Amino acid sequence: MVSTLIRITGDWSLAEDCTADAFEKAIARWPVDGVPDNPGAWLTTVAKNKALDRLRRAANEARKLEQVAIMNELEVDDVELTDDRLRLIFTCCHPALPLEARVALTLRTVAGLTTPEIASAFLVPEPTMAQRLVRAQKKIKNAGIPYRVPSIDLLPERLGGVLAVLYLLFNEGYTAVSRVDLAEEAIRLTRVLLQLMPGEPEVQGLLALELLQHSRRRARLVDGELVPLEEQDRSLWDQALVDEGLSLLRSGGRYQTQAAIAAVHARDDGDYSELVALYDRLGGGAVVALNRAVAIGMADGPEAGLAAIEALPASDYYLVPAARADFLRRLGRDAEAAEQYRLALAVVKTDPERRYLARRLAEVEG
Amino acid sequence: MKYFTFMVTDSAAEPYKPEEDTIAQWVKDAIAAGTEFDGDRIRPREEAKTVRVRNGELIVTDGPFTEAKEWINGWGINEFDDLDHAIEVMAKHPVARFGQIEIRPFYDWEAGE
Repeated sequence: MVSTLIRITGDWSLAEDCTADAFEKAIARWPVDGVPDNPGAWLTTVAKNKALDRLRRAANEARKLEQVAIMNELEVDDVELTDDRLRLIFTCCHPALPLEARVALTLRTVAGLTTPEIASAFLVPEPTMAQRLVRAQKKIKNAGIPYRVPSIDLLPERLGGVLAVLYLLFNEGYTAVSRVDLAEEAIRLTRVLLQLMPGEPEVQGLLALELLQHSRRRARLVDGELVPLEEQDRSLWDQALVDEGLSLLRSGGRYQTQAAIAAVHARDDGDYSELVALYDRLGGGAVVALNRAVAIGMADGPEAGLAAIEALPASDYYLVPAARADFLRRLGRDAEAAEQYRLALAVVKTDPERRYLARRLAEVEG
Repeated sequence: MKYFTFMVTDSAAEPYKPEEDTIAQWVKDAIAAGTEFDGDRIRPREEAKTVRVRNGELIVTDGPFTEAKEWINGWGINEFDDLDHAIEVMAKHPVARFGQIEIRPFYDWEAGE
């Protein structure tokens, strides 16, 4: 609804105000008059009329008069609503906006979260988040960031940008384990995107990846403690999410490949032979390189895994000592493992990870 | 929307090859597409003068006002549909390859911003 009004008026604050007005009117009227047959259309019409009123009042400028003329002819149907939402996602995730603004704007405008909710999700003060959102909206207007789905030749690149925002959001919820709401919000938004672009393999890939990772959320953290994959209680995995994730696998780009990796773990049949080849397909980067080395260890045993880690180019990626420690522990080389766990503890990022490493350190020291 | 573009040098860009300078074609395409634009190259910064008035006194110095590693060597004023349109057209400008291009929207005085 907001997205339809933005398309028509090109004015984000006007669209938001009028939508809020429409909801207020609904709260006042529906209990008295009954809920209309099509509440969405009712709200959109009211919001449209509110916007029309406001534009009429300010209609001494030629451009605004033009908008009034366009709006008079407007009939909102479902197809338009779908298109508007898609346009909105692409606008919110435009590469000309700073990444954090893209994430915040997507949550605010596409997901409909309130500013306080977004502020608390990212642990920033509410005025800071409000200011970030206002700046982003101003930039959209002032820089002429378009409100449309990019042309076919720009689409792959720009779709990648949209998926990156959604995946960042998901990871934000996944890494900071206590904030599952962000992960679920990301899944919801990815579902919306897939509805809007049905059959798009990379969108399917991202949704599959999110679902497969999310399926383990209850097993991954028990009483605030991080549980490694191999020790997780399989009965806590959400099988419905696993099945849905597996059904979305296609051959395709980066997200499909990452989903295929998540699927190997979700199938849990002890067959890790595919893993290394999948990481090869992902290529590049310290994170992928380390995961590939760990995959070698899973497929061919800890000795091979350790050798693969030693063969990596030097990197300060914080999980390298943790992975090395894990293989050393499996090989019974406790003293060396302890040394690596201590290195890992010095650079660890989150509290659950810290407690996990401390527990392992105590084991090998014991 | 109206945008100002700065053509800027970039030491990290590939070296300029006159035979691959497609500026004539770019201008032709822009005219054919009906894009409203104006622009030109400007002389090197060694030939710049900087003018200041301090305490009522005129001070003119040689050279640019800032010691930057990158400097402006061309400009443009263009009418584009929106930012994506601007990026699409300017990406084909030869300076995007041999240097870099900064795209800046003009103030919209009517909107009062």
